[in-house]
Amino acid sequence: MRGRFKDQGQQAAAKRVQFASPFLPYLFLAPQLAIIFVFFYWPSVQAIQSSFYLEDPFGFGSTFVGLTNYADVLKSTEYFGIARFTAIFTALVTFFALAIGLLLAVKADGVIRGNAAYKTLLIWVYAIAPPVAGLIGMMFFNQHIGPLVEFARWFGWDIKVGLDYFDTAFAMIVVAVWKQIPYNFIFFLSGLQGIPVSVREAAAIDCRSELRRFWTVILPLLAPTAFFLLIINVTYALFDTFGIIDVMVKDKAANNPITLVYKVYMDGFRGSDLGGSSAQSVILMVIVLVLTIFQFRFIERRVHYN
Amino acid sequence: MHRTRFFDHVILLIGVFIMVAPVVVAFMTSTHEAADIHRNGLSLTWGGHFAETYETVLTREGGFTGKVTGFNMMLNSMILGLGFAVGKIVLSMLAAYAIVYFRFPLASFFFWVIFTTLLLPLEVRILPSYEVMNALKLTNTYTGLIVPLLASATGTFYFRQFFKSVPDELLEAARIDGAGPFKFFIDVLVPLSRTMMAAIFIIMFVYGWNQYLWPTLMTTDEGFFTLVRGIKQILLVWVGSNIPDYNEAFALAILAMLPPVMIVVIFQRWFIKGLTESDK
Repeated sequence: MRGRFKDQGQQAAAKRVQFASPFLPYLFLAPQLAIIFVFFYWPSVQAIQSSFYLEDPFGFGSTFVGLTNYADVLKSTEYFGIARFTAIFTALVTFFALAIGLLLAVKADGVIRGNAAYKTLLIWVYAIAPPVAGLIGMMFFNQHIGPLVEFARWFGWDIKVGLDYFDTAFAMIVVAVWKQIPYNFIFFLSGLQGIPVSVREAAAIDCRSELRRFWTVILPLLAPTAFFLLIINVTYALFDTFGIIDVMVKDKAANNPITLVYKVYMDGFRGSDLGGSSAQSVILMVIVLVLTIFQFRFIERRVHYN
Repeated sequence: MHRTRFFDHVILLIGVFIMVAPVVVAFMTSTHEAADIHRNGLSLTWGGHFAETYETVLTREGGFTGKVTGFNMMLNSMILGLGFAVGKIVLSMLAAYAIVYFRFPLASFFFWVIFTTLLLPLEVRILPSYEVMNALKLTNTYTGLIVPLLASATGTFYFRQFFKSVPDELLEAARIDGAGPFKFFIDVLVPLSRTMMAAIFIIMFVYGWNQYLWPTLMTTDEGFFTLVRGIKQILLVWVGSNIPDYNEAFALAILAMLPPVMIVVIFQRWFIKGLTESDK
């Protein structure tokens, strides 16, 4: 028995006892690995490769052009306009979704009566798909029947979603924030409920002002949750809002605000600019990699502090 | 003290109103007639045409080809949601089992091969992924719809964390009783993982059902459209006419959100547990 039963005491992460079999682990890993190789590594390598080539418009092969595609993308003022919008959009969506989620979580954590009902009613929008949220948003911002358009008219603001750049951007941000609040609410609430009662009681004795207690005690304790959510929200605003944007600009992207991911999609599938779209993909990959490394480094540090 | 609690409730009620009202309005409006909506705008009252509208939406053959029904799209959404969730659980449980419970030379290499997929979402490699699917002739198939979405490590990550928290004594005891790798997996690990499986199933079903970008690329044949995939077409075709069919658009939106919303509300506890305990 001892031969197949290896002690792993020195490796804290692994199991103390493990099976040892010459082929079984490979058998169990095979399905997952096969799918990852075909649908993850192959396309990823292709994206990098075709970003260095110029595709013949008539489909007769392609020529190696080095970094030309990247240079074209980075020199384009249109691309920079979209990048700037993406940055502003991401910042605003992340800020408001986090702030509102946190506010509601703090309040829901404080009340006792109706706690469960509030929780259910505040999280269920999580289950709505982004394009469906976009459709509902379009109806609320509709020129003829939209209540939000009517509401804005009282203040002399004539919202024209789909026609006016600023108005469309505003509507997109509203819908994107609305859709993301439940996620942040769930995590902030579970973070708050993880704070020990003893800590709260000690804080309550030391400091009478509830607001100051929140800033000096509760918020620092929530920092790990908040940081994790920050990354998740940035990723959401960059990528998962595709459905919202696609429904709200309705194929008329020309004068409407779009994000970088939408631009990759447009150039690749509508404009069939394979090289340019691939170069943009690779630029996005780099952005995501930086974000993820940032996140991993932070998580490491968090584990260290704990 | 009393006053602050009162304001807490006010803020929460405003929050609930903002989260709930749009969908209630969407549902109520869907029970009105199109012309009525066109004249009077969105509505918070019951319109009385619930049965007609939903029956039309589910059974009338529409779309560009005039062959696709709402029921058909719902079925496709169900296939995508269930197929994705089940596939994810099976693949990731097996992979996590191999990584956590076996000692083999390439273990850490494969670990990194799998976990690298967490770094890059599908959205950054859509075009080459589409080319690969084209080369494999998988566009407009259920395989093409479901399988590429499985190429990420999220599920494997959850199950790895969970398996690592299972006490070592269980394996030792099972070994003493003479259980091999298969028996241990089926008789010990699978029953132990039930709650975890349920939680992941809920998260993955919602994720699969709500997929938009990938189905948009993969399916050009309306027979394979999911409800969420069809949303833009609804907006373009059905709302493009003289008096837009707002009621039908709303009805389809309600149908598209109903199953995932029901699952999240009914299995709320598992859902929250799965989400918050595994994402860390």
